[in-house]
Amino acid sequence: MNITEKIISNASGKSVVCPNEVLFVRVDKVMLHDVSGPGVIKVFDRLKNQGIKVDSIYDPNSVWVAEDHFVPSPDEISATNIKKLSDFTHKYGIKKHFKYGMGQYGICHTLSHEEALVLPGEVYAGGDSHTNTTGALGAFACGFGHTDIAYILLKGKIWIKVPETIYFKLNGKLPDYVMAKDFILQIIGDRGTDFCTYKTMQFGGDGIEKMPIDERLTLTNMSTEAGAKNSIIEPDQKVVDYMQERGIRNMNLVKGDSNSTYHKILEYDSNDLQPLVAKPFSPQNIAVAHDCSGIDLDKAYIGSCTGAKLEDLAAVSKILKGHKVKIRTEILPSSLSIYKKAMDMGFIKIFLDAGATIGPPTCGACCGAHMGVLSESEVCISTTNRNFPGRMGHPKSKTYLASPFVVAASSLTGKITDPRDLN
Amino acid sequence: MTIESVNFIRSIITPLNKSNVDTDQIIPKQFLKLISKTGFGKYLFYNWRFDSNGKKITKFVLNDQIYKNSKILVTRDNFGCGSSREHAVWALIDYGFKVIIAPSFADIFYENCFKNRLLPIITTDKVINKLITFKSKMEINLSSQTIKINSDLINFEIDAIKKQNILDGLDYIGLTFKYKSKIEDYEKNSNVPSIL
Repeated sequence: MNITEKIISNASGKSVVCPNEVLFVRVDKVMLHDVSGPGVIKVFDRLKNQGIKVDSIYDPNSVWVAEDHFVPSPDEISATNIKKLSDFTHKYGIKKHFKYGMGQYGICHTLSHEEALVLPGEVYAGGDSHTNTTGALGAFACGFGHTDIAYILLKGKIWIKVPETIYFKLNGKLPDYVMAKDFILQIIGDRGTDFCTYKTMQFGGDGIEKMPIDERLTLTNMSTEAGAKNSIIEPDQKVVDYMQERGIRNMNLVKGDSNSTYHKILEYDSNDLQPLVAKPFSPQNIAVAHDCSGIDLDKAYIGSCTGAKLEDLAAVSKILKGHKVKIRTEILPSSLSIYKKAMDMGFIKIFLDAGATIGPPTCGACCGAHMGVLSESEVCISTTNRNFPGRMGHPKSKTYLASPFVVAASSLTGKITDPRDLN
Repeated sequence: MTIESVNFIRSIITPLNKSNVDTDQIIPKQFLKLISKTGFGKYLFYNWRFDSNGKKITKFVLNDQIYKNSKILVTRDNFGCGSSREHAVWALIDYGFKVIIAPSFADIFYENCFKNRLLPIITTDKVINKLITFKSKMEINLSSQTIKINSDLINFEIDAIKKQNILDGLDYIGLTFKYKSKIEDYEKNSNVPSIL
């Protein structure tokens, strides 16, 4: 069995599982945020009206809650939702509620590993499509709708069909100024946004071994844009060290058997990869960044679960250091702890000296919620993961997706720029 | 719990001739804050239906009066990709759709459909090409897993348990409670903690 099959086998109590088998699986960790949480509360209300007991949940200690999409609250409805979420966690005894304005908080897909809330080998269900992200640490992580999450909260289990795995092997260390973002955009560009529907995207090879954890998280995060059920990387020493730094000593490091089988194995060579952009209005719509050099921009956005981790901010600071931005540039670290680390490492000063604005950790404009949404004619280059029409603001605004290196280089010129073209 | 059952539907088809329709298009972000499960229909495909002044965009298919009472949406590959928001399914149902037919669906959206009495049917591109230009009423029979246009009967595949749940009007929670007495009997005779 490969790693995904082994985790599902452990969690279903079945010694051998096969792709496409449907099993009742134990869920170790559950996550809600300020969009899915109120949706789940609504499902609970409906159940209650139908006479089903919802006085307690299966295991309050397995649940954690993030406030990330609509904080700081931009309007009264958002503020009411945050209040409802707080009442919910209080009522059900959920202790791990990361509240905005009260110490550590941030985007759920950063907190999951930054706070070691999900461990290697666990089954993790989140009320958000980018829950796949956490698979970079060797967990089975996937997103669910509100009704499924309500069910998991009540029962601690869920039906899962064992996905077929497509193994993406990366040979060789990425060249300078090429990031994991370029690799995942290349895959989605080559194969399409539904290539991995209900499949596992597993990443491996020496190119992955050489990648820092933050870069691996970009790959698993954007597996969602290829339709993947989950995405996973076998845990290695880097994962063990990462967890130990966060006080975790005992982990179940599940790895695939030596005779693991895969639906497909696809190989990529690092040397063939280069800085890319995904043009509006699909992550599949890729082009070489250098070939788009003439395109004028209004704004550079550095934020989100996929593009504002510490490694991302390090890449941005490397480009911005000693220079001034030419277009509106917003930088929103993905959690408070990452904000602090960026400050300790001097990145925040570099950003401010360059003229960029630093925003609070939040999903913000990535989902067009607030914190710098786009007007009708505006063109943005962004480290985020989706560029559908209206995703970051007006339905006619345009977003180009790119790596932190490309976005930072573009912020200095006001045009799409390959970082290697800066002199 | 019981949700309204969908077995036999007779309706004209609303053709949405697009691939990769994502949930941001189905229900734009500004409506996610509203958490009632009803009332989302007026925001369905909002940016395609209305211009920035809130005026109807006449060329968009949903604004064509012919399709006003249509219960069947026929569309292209990978419908419902993107964000996991269950609001997308709520909006389609609240608008009046009972069935979505496409060559493929994104996974979370597909699963969300079954929790909310919306029937997603997967069929071939060839059938979609036929349906998308079909102007009269068509029939869908879930029991017999057939689509009927004129006198042609086309079969479709669907997971047996998912089909039964829609026929019975049950989601997973309702399904579990269907076996309440059996589960309680089992638990009485074993040491496992109760899940009910």
